[in-house]
Amino acid sequence: MSHRFTDVDAVQQDLHKVDYLCDSGLAGVVYLADRLDKPVLVEGPAGTGKTQLAKSVAEMTGSRLIRLQCYEGLDEAKALYEWNYKKQLLRIQTERDADVGWDEVSDDIFSDEFLLTRPLLEAIRAVDPIVLLIDEVDRVEVETEALLLEILSEYQVSIPELGTMEALQVPLVFLTSNNTRELSEALKRRCLYLHIDYPTMEREKEIVLAKVPDIAENLADQVARVVRSIRRLELKKPPSVSETLDWARTLVLLGVQHIDADVAAETVNILLKYQSDIAKANKELATVEGIEP
Amino acid sequence: MTAYETDLPTLPVEAGDPLLDLLNGFIAELRAVGIPASLTENLDAMEAVKHVPITDRETFKYALAATLVKNQAHWKAFETVFEVYFSLRGAQYEIAADDLDEADEADGEIRAQGDRGSGGDMLSPEELAEMLYRALMRGDSEMLRAAAREAVRRYAGMEPGRPVGGTYYLYRTLRNLDLEGVLERLMDAEQHTEGDVDDFDLRLRRDEFELRIAELKRQIEAEIRRRLVADRGVEAMAKTLRKPLPSDIDFMHASREEMASLRKAIYPLTRKLAARLVRKRRHGRAGPLDFRSTVRHSLSYGGVPVEPKFRHPRPHKPDIMVVADVSGSVAAFARFTLHLVYAISSQFSKVRSFVFIDGLDEVTSFFEGTDDIAEAVHRVNTEADVVWVDGHSDYGHALGVFWDNYADDVGPRTTVLILGDARNNYHAPESWIIKALQQKARHVFWLNPEPRSYWDTGDSIVGEYAPHCDGVFEVRNLRQLEAFVDRLA
Ligand SMILES: Nc1ncnc2c1ncn2[C@@H]1O[C@H](COP(=O)(O)OP(=O)(O)OP(=O)(O)O)[C@@H](O)[C@H]1O
Ligand SMILES: [Mg+2]
Repeated sequence: MSHRFTDVDAVQQDLHKVDYLCDSGLAGVVYLADRLDKPVLVEGPAGTGKTQLAKSVAEMTGSRLIRLQCYEGLDEAKALYEWNYKKQLLRIQTERDADVGWDEVSDDIFSDEFLLTRPLLEAIRAVDPIVLLIDEVDRVEVETEALLLEILSEYQVSIPELGTMEALQVPLVFLTSNNTRELSEALKRRCLYLHIDYPTMEREKEIVLAKVPDIAENLADQVARVVRSIRRLELKKPPSVSETLDWARTLVLLGVQHIDADVAAETVNILLKYQSDIAKANKELATVEGIEP
Repeated sequence: MTAYETDLPTLPVEAGDPLLDLLNGFIAELRAVGIPASLTENLDAMEAVKHVPITDRETFKYALAATLVKNQAHWKAFETVFEVYFSLRGAQYEIAADDLDEADEADGEIRAQGDRGSGGDMLSPEELAEMLYRALMRGDSEMLRAAAREAVRRYAGMEPGRPVGGTYYLYRTLRNLDLEGVLERLMDAEQHTEGDVDDFDLRLRRDEFELRIAELKRQIEAEIRRRLVADRGVEAMAKTLRKPLPSDIDFMHASREEMASLRKAIYPLTRKLAARLVRKRRHGRAGPLDFRSTVRHSLSYGGVPVEPKFRHPRPHKPDIMVVADVSGSVAAFARFTLHLVYAISSQFSKVRSFVFIDGLDEVTSFFEGTDDIAEAVHRVNTEADVVWVDGHSDYGHALGVFWDNYADDVGPRTTVLILGDARNNYHAPESWIIKALQQKARHVFWLNPEPRSYWDTGDSIVGEYAPHCDGVFEVRNLRQLEAFVDRLA
């Protein structure tokens, strides 16, 4: 099987071209996912680009993104496939009128035509290049995880009525998790692990420049600096990259050219969600001394 | 002269063996530290390193982490081991032969030299200080690294074979650099740059400098480590540096640095715990079948009860009363426990907290009307009125105060948590109070941060109280604390 990427640098640069900015460590893990045919489990704080990574990889490789959004109670029928009962019933009714034998009917109604393909099966059956994103996998129950496991280790799905379907390709797979529960060891063993933390100040500035149209470099620099200082505080919820971007966009809209204490105090509620965090940030940023390193 | 380099494998990846040997040692060390790398993962790592060059350290490190370390809490431990095993690899990290010779020289009188270690010119202490200042001012990482090396060479006074840990050398180096003073100098310069800078700007710049200084410290540490590894060998160094993972850090003996990593660990832990408890409440406790609701719903399916409905369970949430010894050695334990209990307080109908040493004070109000638990815990530490006579734990007296003032509030829905090591300084135990509380309350649990083997030795009298409790638990670290709190809710 041919590989998608020539080397780590190429991954990093191509991601950059689709406005995903990362270091070589992250690019290296994406590269390995392709070389070792392994899914990547991406963890990290909210809004640090976990979901975006899968989207950007799809974009850069010209692949279709198939996304399975996980939630509590997600089951096989929603993740994998489901028989279209309504349609089957209708068919049974028609055939009954036409007086067809049951065997025939059953062969008929358990065929492709009545199969509702859900994301995982869709990924298995895809003939075009795809990236499979299993988003927020920590939200499903442990039992549902087992379902994923078969697919992620064999890249196949067995449907009792139809037999086993094997993938025509090994897709790139990304699973994201906000770590609200420990994932099973079996799942972790199967995956490459990538932890995405908040970006460095320099990186965040690049992200702001790439994502916020018409922002002056100077302002982007300040935004990234202020956010970095705020993240140093002990907060209930530190600002995410998406919040940084929201803040930067707001500042541009307001025509701000230079962030001073007043501007920061008036707009910090875009970065921080908790009242106590806002209070703390306002108090801290008003003093030069600051926290102990 | 020790053959530092020869007993360490060299770079080529294709050749396989030396690198694989090194990796084997590396993985064995990860396991020794407590990182559970399985056989499959071991093999994955071996496979992975075939695809990334060891010379690209960042990528190489991430490749190993991606295959071997699947829990972010283990990252720091991984990094330390990685540094020890791979610190001598990569061109810019190489220690030139003469560089090491210099380590043989006695303290102080050391020839200084430039970054690439070619010997010769000397930097005076003033010159070094100036170099450091400029490196920090510019944020030039190459220059910072050079300054770090120079500082270690000049001030650490490292001698081969000396059985001294890295912290000692770090302390000696930092003592000579006066980084506080450097920071002030940097800030002075900022204040006097042209244009108007306000406090807000200054604050941002100060943060920037502090981060650069932190980076410098890391570089100094790395340099010391590198030299120690070269002197003592990889395995020995790895062993000396072994540290517990955050969840295994002993509350009672945590160093400053470990305290910091505990504080860091508590946030994700509470979030995880909260999410898990919400889920548990919603799912695990399905009530009995609700016949009426099932039938009602079945009407929309033509009377077929396709979807059984369950009555919502209404397990009443307990009231919690935490009574915590906050004297010296057990204070940290009390803080973390209070933090965790309050973080999931929505799982309880009410939480009240009391702290004591020899006197007792209610601190519930610190936690009310704020979502900043850390701040509240901090206030408990500084503001609570817990000293009665001499500020040595007196469980008997503290329990007496609790009994006199709050016993009426203890009822059949109350779970009382007593936190402490029960080291009573030979005062009267007054264990009848625990017994009486146990009769009034739903449960009385005792959490003891000491290892079980220490219980009832010296002035520990946990055995006096234990018979009257519904459970006495050893809670020495976050892992045990999480397990207990999980059961509680
Ligand atoms: N490295 C990056 N390069 C470019 N954009 C980024 C990067 N990191 C984050 N972003 C931007 O930040 C926003 C949030 O990213 P994303 O939704 O992927 O976060 P997430 O980690 O999946 O968060 P959550 O845990 O809340 O799902 C997106 O708009 C994304 O484009
Ligand atoms: Mg996401």
